[in-house]
Amino acid sequence: MRILVIEDDKKAAAYVVKGLAESGHTADHAADGEDGFEMAGHGDYDVLVVDRMLPKLDGLTLVARLRADGLRTPILFLSALGEVDDRVKGLRAGGDDYLVKPYAFSELLARIEALARRSNPNDVETRLKVGDLELDVLTRRVIRAGQEVALQPREFRLLEYLMRNAGHVVTRTMLLEHVWDYHFDPQTNVIDVHISRLRAKIDRDFSVPLLHTIRGAGYSLRATA
Amino acid sequence: MQLPRLLLTTTFRLALIYLGLFLILVLFLLGFVYWTTSGVADRQIDDTIEAEITGLAEQYRLRGLGGLSDVVAERSRNQRYSLYLLTGPGGFALAGNLNAWPDAQSGAAKPDAAGWFDFSYRRPVAGDFETHRARARHLLLGNDFDLLVGRDVEERHRIDQVLRASIAWAVALTLGLGLLGGIVFSRNVLRRIEAITRASRDIMAGDLRRRLPRSGSDDEIDRLAGSLNDMLEEIERLVTSMREVTDNIAHDLRSPLTRLRNRIEVTLLKEASPAEYRAALDETVSEVAGLLDTFNGLLAIARAEAGRPEGTPEPFDLSAAVNDMVELYAPVAEEKSLSLTGDVAAGLTLVGFRQLMSQALGNLVDNAIKYTPEGGTISVTLNRGELIVADSGPGIPEADRDRVLDRFVRLEASRNSPGSGLGLSLVRAVARLHGAELILDDNHPGLRVILRFAPDSIDGAPR
Repeated sequence: MRILVIEDDKKAAAYVVKGLAESGHTADHAADGEDGFEMAGHGDYDVLVVDRMLPKLDGLTLVARLRADGLRTPILFLSALGEVDDRVKGLRAGGDDYLVKPYAFSELLARIEALARRSNPNDVETRLKVGDLELDVLTRRVIRAGQEVALQPREFRLLEYLMRNAGHVVTRTMLLEHVWDYHFDPQTNVIDVHISRLRAKIDRDFSVPLLHTIRGAGYSLRATA
Repeated sequence: MQLPRLLLTTTFRLALIYLGLFLILVLFLLGFVYWTTSGVADRQIDDTIEAEITGLAEQYRLRGLGGLSDVVAERSRNQRYSLYLLTGPGGFALAGNLNAWPDAQSGAAKPDAAGWFDFSYRRPVAGDFETHRARARHLLLGNDFDLLVGRDVEERHRIDQVLRASIAWAVALTLGLGLLGGIVFSRNVLRRIEAITRASRDIMAGDLRRRLPRSGSDDEIDRLAGSLNDMLEEIERLVTSMREVTDNIAHDLRSPLTRLRNRIEVTLLKEASPAEYRAALDETVSEVAGLLDTFNGLLAIARAEAGRPEGTPEPFDLSAAVNDMVELYAPVAEEKSLSLTGDVAAGLTLVGFRQLMSQALGNLVDNAIKYTPEGGTISVTLNRGELIVADSGPGIPEADRDRVLDRFVRLEASRNSPGSGLGLSLVRAVARLHGAELILDDNHPGLRVILRFAPDSIDGAPR
């Protein structure tokens, strides 16, 4: 995957570029808004990571201009401003996701990968399948190896999100945001408890586990270990 | 206080304008009085002279020159301020109390068409001579004889002078007193404003306890000072709370940062296996995550306390938010064999911040789960006036209930369980932000936390 990081903090950018490279991606760096605009317009990137506060051309304007030019590349905002309102502003300007500093690198990586997938059309798919686990969004039915699994509404949404991101790491924050619409971290890791309940329903009676915990990062639903 | 500054004040300029207007009025009034009194006196003199001339001309007509001469001589003897002179051909004096016809040398003006003129003459007073002013009229008798009838106006002139002097004094006094009054008046106002300015400077220099002086008169300056003081009160409260936050951040972040540094240093002291390095790094990551949580918690509290977080308050479905939170924690409670029940009136709307309210409620439920022993009960109740989280845990001793709302306060009993000591602080800040009162009560046994909303702040009748 080719990723462009537009970030004026050189140290932070260097870490991100290095981390992305070690995760098997190619990352370029632009240190200000104008350079970022040039590079984003000419390079063929899969995801753009844009800091909101940039010299010369601020992040919001930069993204709004790129969108006005017809660029469809998924964009992830990085920002020290974390209020709901800032998030809304960022998404309205044309960003696809919003990550508040300070963040964990695993979180950034998971979100970048999720964004890259989003440009694939599996978002509109209504029948999801991972291994022998099937989920039908329209009939709200979940079947594993031919056996129906009864899920609560929230468990269904949790599983749906995990299945749409099958094979990739999904962080707790991503789950809180997308399944519960909470933009804060509850004190206890309530997500872990919900995951273990879901796991009990879809994995317990089967020999091959699908829902995996990725230490220090989050969870991943996949057919192979 | 230097004078030039005083002259620049609005009050002084206002006083000056009023003084100017008043002065014009005074001048006009005094001028009118002077013109009437002085004019009347002048006319009286002229009328007297006129009457005498008419009388003497009558004598001349009836009794001829000899008779006139007798009458003039007679009157000259008796009258003190009337002046007479009857002259024959060549200016020879026949009768009268003037020695000679007044000429240009004695300051006599040329008579006007009716024969009126002013002059001065020397009058014997107590064996000496004084120069007196006089006014007279000339009458030609026949062809060769001239009659002068006049009046000494020295007295009248002196009165006139006194009158003018009085007017000048009155004007000068008005001007002087007015200016003085204006200066005193503006100095008074200026002094109060100076006092306010000085106090503001002190406050700007960092003395946030300082308040603007109030005179207690409840006039507009006083009321202004009052409002500014209220504002300062609020600013001081905010700054103090910010200072507390920074102090607490510094204090609370120092020890974990030190721990972090020590761990890393110890790890680097000797060669270790990759597994050991990994373990140390894992611990470091979770320690840093804890730090960030604390940091974010403080930030959220500070923002909520500062009045409003970014964004605008919007109506949201409070019932749904409460139900969601109960649902979120239900599995956690179940794992600990706690019964978590929600008794939530449906369709209630609150204007505010859904995220913050959910986070606050989450903190309350989280606390309840953390501190209630296994097998206990937790209930979350929402009605039109209150949001209540009650548990059957150990509760909080009455003496500690105020204290636990402060940042980083953790009671001895909870020292060993995880937590930042920020949960209730955030709840209180969020409650305040939504105009709700936070009450910690005894649940017999356990803790009963009540968010009491202001009347009518929750919309929608419970179905």
